[in-house]
Amino acid sequence: MPYPPFMEESIRKLEVSRQRRMKEEIPLISSDERDIIVRKYHPDYRETGKRKLLLGPNKDETMPEELVNQLEGNSRVDPDKVDLSKIDYDVDVLIIGSGGAGLSAALVAQENGAKVLVATKLRLGDSNTIGAEGGTQAADRPNDSPVLHYLDTMGGGHFENVPELVWAMARDAPMAIKWLEDVGVNWDKETDGSMRELELAGECRRRVHSCKDYTGLEVMRVLRDEVRCRDNIDYIEFEPAIELIMDDEGQVAGAILVNLETNELSLVRAKAVIVATGGLGRLHTQGFPTTNHYGATADGLAMAYRVGCSLIYGDSMQYHPTGAVYPLQLVGILITENVRALGGQIINIDGEQVACNLEPRDILASFEIRECTERHKGITTAARNVGVWEDIPLIDMIHGEGTIARRLPSLVHKFSRFNIDLIHEPVLVYPTLHYQNGGVRMDANAATEIPGLWVPGEVGGGVHGRNRLGGNATLDIYVFGRRAGREAAKYAKEVKLGKLNLDHVRQWREELEQLGIAKERPFSPMLLPNYARQPGDYLAALYTEKLQPGLVKLA
Amino acid sequence: MAEAEVAEKVRMFDIYIMDKHYEVPEGLTIQTALEYCGYRLIRGCGCRGGSCGACATVYNFTHDPTLRYGLACQTAVEQDMCVVQIPCFPTAKPIYDIKKLRPTVDQVLEIYPDLATCFGCNNCTKSCPQDLEVMDFISAALRGDFPTVVEKSFACVMCGMCSARCPQGLSPYNIAMLIRRLHGRYLLPRSKHLEDRVKEIEEGKYDAEYEKLRSTPMEELRRIYDERWIEPK
Repeated sequence: MPYPPFMEESIRKLEVSRQRRMKEEIPLISSDERDIIVRKYHPDYRETGKRKLLLGPNKDETMPEELVNQLEGNSRVDPDKVDLSKIDYDVDVLIIGSGGAGLSAALVAQENGAKVLVATKLRLGDSNTIGAEGGTQAADRPNDSPVLHYLDTMGGGHFENVPELVWAMARDAPMAIKWLEDVGVNWDKETDGSMRELELAGECRRRVHSCKDYTGLEVMRVLRDEVRCRDNIDYIEFEPAIELIMDDEGQVAGAILVNLETNELSLVRAKAVIVATGGLGRLHTQGFPTTNHYGATADGLAMAYRVGCSLIYGDSMQYHPTGAVYPLQLVGILITENVRALGGQIINIDGEQVACNLEPRDILASFEIRECTERHKGITTAARNVGVWEDIPLIDMIHGEGTIARRLPSLVHKFSRFNIDLIHEPVLVYPTLHYQNGGVRMDANAATEIPGLWVPGEVGGGVHGRNRLGGNATLDIYVFGRRAGREAAKYAKEVKLGKLNLDHVRQWREELEQLGIAKERPFSPMLLPNYARQPGDYLAALYTEKLQPGLVKLA
Repeated sequence: MAEAEVAEKVRMFDIYIMDKHYEVPEGLTIQTALEYCGYRLIRGCGCRGGSCGACATVYNFTHDPTLRYGLACQTAVEQDMCVVQIPCFPTAKPIYDIKKLRPTVDQVLEIYPDLATCFGCNNCTKSCPQDLEVMDFISAALRGDFPTVVEKSFACVMCGMCSARCPQGLSPYNIAMLIRRLHGRYLLPRSKHLEDRVKEIEEGKYDAEYEKLRSTPMEELRRIYDERWIEPK
């Protein structure tokens, strides 16, 4: 028995109600009702944990305080100590980040004649993409159309999406799937080659393409392998960017990278820069756990903000309704939406459904929070984490024995390590910080307001409005990654770079000092979260005064 | 009644990190135990969710020297565990152009001649933190049974442990990578409806409909959205 005895009563109730619930259909709430429930229960709308920005393009806007700290952060670099004439890499296109967007951009930029350098904080391919499970939307079936995909995306985003961006994504989607098919991705298919597609929350047609529940891993493996095989794409690992470099024409002209292990700087001069740094889950907004990878710390947002890019919907975070709650070792990890698409239901302590299981993520997260707080119908673990059940065994009852093992092998494997058998047992779930709905403002080619800078993928904003649909993130990255790669390569052929400078760093420092907040604000980008238990302070004052110069602290 | 009872005293485990003794509370993974002990990870940490292979770890117990292999982020710490991380292992990855390859055993052997030197010791299977039957898919590769290679290697997170333990210097994970790509590009039948849709889009078939929606007033757009027909699952 993997669950402690005090949970058994609730599990019995869940098992008893199962037959009845199989035929129970809870209708979706209307778009007006959706607006009401998110305002009451969604973490974005809490009064605390947020702050107004004091400087920069989004001054006076309120965003989560963890993000504001990064946006208002100090640069690590003293422009007077960096010799911009000593360039280590001189390339056409610099790509910062190596997830789905970064690597798609790299391949397409290279195909368009660019000399490409990919700089990445951890290993090539370490990203949020690699952990993506559910799949990628594309309207390629006869009874579907990109226009329906557009409509679904607009509705899911509360109609606050930027229409041109949504259309670019919906329109290019089938091309992205085909491109991946060509490069060797094993999409789930029927024997005649037609795609096996699922319908996730907020979608009116089955259009999510997947590779079992390893979708992100399968695609990243292929893209990474292809990048390694291409001439003219170099990559450096464990060297995140800490500052963009500008020129005297107001163009982005490169970046400063730091070697995470040796603190050494590398200066990159680049005709075009693509920032594909992904998300910010490791900032743990509103104190939530996260599904994100170790390096998701809003780096690109901070650096782009400092050179003058504005953000859109910086206050809108997606909390995925099914993050694991038990066992303690798995808290926060993603349980794919595919479970709900296959029939998994969300159940309270009394064995009753909490809401229609295919409400869009922000809606379902809000329902779950209401259930566990106001209604006191959640299940609390010994570690004092609260959650609701996700009834996974229902799936085999609906679709036949073996479905769970066949369609959700990754999930089955992960929980089996902790003696939880998903074929016979439910799991505990609760919202977990998953995605940044907004980001740096961009156009339909992921270009920013500043010449020479693109922001494809999660770091860019406007595509998803105030709530992203499942299956659109791993589409966003390929569509806008490819567009950015193409445009950046074209731009690199024509642009003439001026004299390099770090004036924006000086200006930023002056503004922070004028506001009197320079010493209070952390350094940004954060680069990595700090989960290491810290020793107490014991250092002699003389020691801290004499700390070696040139040390890039991850603090 | 389902009130949780929090244990008064948390159980502590003795563990050994690179032979150095530490005490950690129960409920941690190897990864969070390293952090509890004060290590701030740079190498050996990636997705923290069991999908990327960054945190491959070799471990045994003070009472049992048998080597075991796991992902640090997915393996619970236990009493008397001794751990060492292997964040990187040297392999020479060959360069190829997938568009110019043939989906055959001969082609794979041209790129990975080592494959033919496998003598079936099964070290690779024993060292896989994803519990894959590595030996089985290597045999399938030699037989030219690519679908089985795909099936049995699909959960591979490319951590490199198999390569570290192979006495013949094979990289089973790289070999499987090539074969999965060959399978995806050449052996799976192409999706005809996808090709058709791509052509339609490139010909601009949907542009007018989009323009119409784009200029539809918000209230009407919401109504269209709320009333749209949803395909049953």
